[in-house]
Amino acid sequence: MKNCEYQQIDPRALTSPTATPTSTLPLANKNVQRQRRKWEVFPGRNRFFCDGRIIVARQSGVLPLTLGLILITSGLFFIFDCPFLVANLTVFIPVIAGVLFVFVVFSLLHTSFTDPGILPRALPEEAADIEKQIDNSGSSSYRPPPRTKEILINDQVVKLKYCFTCKMFRPPRTSHCSLCDNCVERFDHHCPWVGNCVGKRNYRFFYTFIVSLSFLTSFIFGCVITHLTLRAQGGNGILSAVQQSPASIVELVVCFFSIWSILGLSGFHTYLVASNLTTNEDIKGSWSSKRGAEDYKNPYSYNNIFTNCCVVLCGPMPPSLIDRRGFLPADEIPPVITTEQELPPFMAKNDTNMEDTCQDFALSCTG
Amino acid sequence: MLSGPRTAPDRAKLPFCHESFHNLQELRHSASLANKVFIQRDYAEGTICKFQTKFPSELESRIERTLFEDTVKTLNNYYAEAEKIGGQSYLEGCLACTTAYLIFLCMETRYEKVLKKISRYIQEQNEKIYAPRGLLITDPIERGMRVIEISIYEDRGSSGSSSGSSSTSSTSGR
Repeated sequence: MKNCEYQQIDPRALTSPTATPTSTLPLANKNVQRQRRKWEVFPGRNRFFCDGRIIVARQSGVLPLTLGLILITSGLFFIFDCPFLVANLTVFIPVIAGVLFVFVVFSLLHTSFTDPGILPRALPEEAADIEKQIDNSGSSSYRPPPRTKEILINDQVVKLKYCFTCKMFRPPRTSHCSLCDNCVERFDHHCPWVGNCVGKRNYRFFYTFIVSLSFLTSFIFGCVITHLTLRAQGGNGILSAVQQSPASIVELVVCFFSIWSILGLSGFHTYLVASNLTTNEDIKGSWSSKRGAEDYKNPYSYNNIFTNCCVVLCGPMPPSLIDRRGFLPADEIPPVITTEQELPPFMAKNDTNMEDTCQDFALSCTG
Repeated sequence: MLSGPRTAPDRAKLPFCHESFHNLQELRHSASLANKVFIQRDYAEGTICKFQTKFPSELESRIERTLFEDTVKTLNNYYAEAEKIGGQSYLEGCLACTTAYLIFLCMETRYEKVLKKISRYIQEQNEKIYAPRGLLITDPIERGMRVIEISIYEDRGSSGSSSGSSSTSSTSGR
């Protein structure tokens, strides 16, 4: 509690016009407080569980719904359909469904709880260095250069945009997720159903999830229909079959409505994987031939469907860059993080300063 | 008011000497940070991790061009090894896929092994080559793999203007 007081008082006392970034850390912290981990001061809009081991987006309310639908439908299938099918057909039906179910649940949890490839924000020195480069590259002083950088990737011009939140030029294929407020590498999309961004690090889990889910849904759908047909053939007609096994109707309805979207999504993502694209690039039409020259093609593709699939789904697993379980260094806490961690009012002030300069840029741009 | 994070009143007492910094901590505490140089990524071949080997002019008076280029090239080779696409990475990926990616919970991937090698290499280069010249490399993994950050340290006595700004905030000791 005492720490909090320091944190409240300190910044105001220290707000000097020069505002040297190194002057903001309350010293008392170091001795009194336990060591803090980096996730506790993470600037994006994410939630962390298990001391930083698990990361999800802030609004992940649909994830329980997804999980619930899968669990309930599969549960009903195992309880009400499997005994009949085992007795009349084969024991392999629950085995196959069980394997698919395990795959679906684990890949869903993996997608939701893995860092999608978040890029940490630039520290003040790096941001200052980029500002300097932007200033230097401009030829005239009265008109600031646009905040984009053009680079060549595999002999193709790619425009890098400057991210005002993360204070850096976004690397190729990176995009800023507005919901999580992070730049995510190889950003695909923000998926509310899994409650996380889908990006470089969890795309393969996501793909496994939708493919195994489409198999599971089709399998359950087929088995439930078989179940009802067999019962109906028993002599009493379809109506009594439904009466004997009312849960099958629930499964049938859920499967019927979800199967189309899931199959469509799997097909779409299979196409994306085979051409090494992301949903983001596909929607924006970044590499479609409509824009400009004919030979405007995806510079990241290996021009081979098989290689693209292998690279996207079985390539090396890149490391998480945000080191959320790491400890904050005691003597060298980066100023940006310091201010955000302890002094929200001060940070806001600092940020407005930055924004002001940006607005100045924008104003002089338009003016 | 308690304040001042990196205060080191005794920093001034230790004169900067080019041959005496074999200990990295010693360098951090006895000399003041003058400048930082950032080596940016080279995206010419796609999104694989590769850094530009262009020699920054700020380092001209500090280190030989070949030494610097050797370091960056070695780092690039390590990253290329980590991200190499081939039989082993496919095998690892397929194995992970067939176990529903549960194997990632207990297995160390090749990428992680190479990253450990890289941090050992940077530590060693810092001790042998960079620290004696008043420079320090930060492991790119700590900067989101965007840049190689090279800190340039200066003797507080001789530097004057550049280190003055950074030390104004150090008002009191720990």
